[in-house]
Amino acid sequence: MTSERKTGQAGTLESCDARVTIELTDEPGIDIEVEGPMKDVFGDAVARCARETLENLGVNGARVKLVDRGALDYVISARVEAAVIRARGED
Amino acid sequence: MERLRRTILYIPGNNPAMINNGGIFGADVICFDLEDSVAVREKAAARCLVAAALRRRELVNPMQREIMVRINGFDTPFATADLEAIVRVRPDSIRVPKVEDPATVLNTAKLLDELEKKEGLDYRIEISPILETVLGVSRAVEIARCHERVTALSFGAEDFTRDLGTSRTKDGFELVHARGLLVMAAKAAGIQAIDTVFPDVGDYGGLESETSKVRQLGFDGKSVINPRQIEIVHRIFRPSDEEIRQALSIEKALEDAERKGLGVASLNGKMVDTPVAKKAGRVLALARRLGLVEGGGEQHVA
Repeated sequence: MTSERKTGQAGTLESCDARVTIELTDEPGIDIEVEGPMKDVFGDAVARCARETLENLGVNGARVKLVDRGALDYVISARVEAAVIRARGED
Repeated sequence: MERLRRTILYIPGNNPAMINNGGIFGADVICFDLEDSVAVREKAAARCLVAAALRRRELVNPMQREIMVRINGFDTPFATADLEAIVRVRPDSIRVPKVEDPATVLNTAKLLDELEKKEGLDYRIEISPILETVLGVSRAVEIARCHERVTALSFGAEDFTRDLGTSRTKDGFELVHARGLLVMAAKAAGIQAIDTVFPDVGDYGGLESETSKVRQLGFDGKSVINPRQIEIVHRIFRPSDEEIRQALSIEKALEDAERKGLGVASLNGKMVDTPVAKKAGRVLALARRLGLVEGGGEQHVA
């Protein structure tokens, strides 16, 4: 079975923001990669926030690359949501 | 009680750093912007960001000021989606840009009725139409009076001067007629009048001069685009010590007359007529809210 590859990106590399790139996949499973200067301290929390947001959006399969520039949790959540909207072609 | 709206600080809705900090500068109203400060390709992203921010309002509004959102106009494909996302997160008010027709306000009100019911809101979101075209300003009275959700009329000078076919000058002569019409319409409807932004953020003297003039015209507040503008605008809209003293004398004269059962109050040999009494009442209400006079209900840091 061919998986559909749909990609969306949201956010910037400005301070307090995060740039999120999402590739939606048909295969279940969410893979999240966090980059950024504070990844050792906040990486897990950022990934958890992204994962929760994806679950709330009903996303079961995705590859996520997230570059964090000191984003608060609501920013992570918003950028993930916007990236999913773009990946789904809904914006 | 009427809301205090001396300053309405615009926060670009796609800028997390500004959203994080917008609530700490003491503006009376924090206005999250989905319209002119957001590029077309970022409208959906900004909507997500502002909605997420308002779910965490203890972070973005620590001083618990009024939360307003400027949605996109109904001449764009974004307005309805903006309202659907924003009503869910319970703002106090929305600003609707480029209003030219009472029908726009009535349609907005109807949409809000439906969305508020769906989301289970126990209050009504207020509407502040922005008049920024010749047609909008020309219909100011109708727009101001068309619905009870409308609690303030705002003026937008940038688009208005383009519509007039002229350009903004420092002394604002080209805007005086429009400002007068807008203030009169707002006061005729018993609502507030909010002046346009002063775009030159480095020119404090110019801001002070313009704000003094619009206060004199009867405006209740001014939109601002930089936190450094807040203190100046608040200072201009603060009742002066002399105004407060006069208002207190008038209040005492009215109380004395009532106690004596007199139909008319007088001060220094002159009758205190209704407009004078009303103005004194407004001055004292504001002074009490700012903690300048004792006896205020809601205390509000100036």
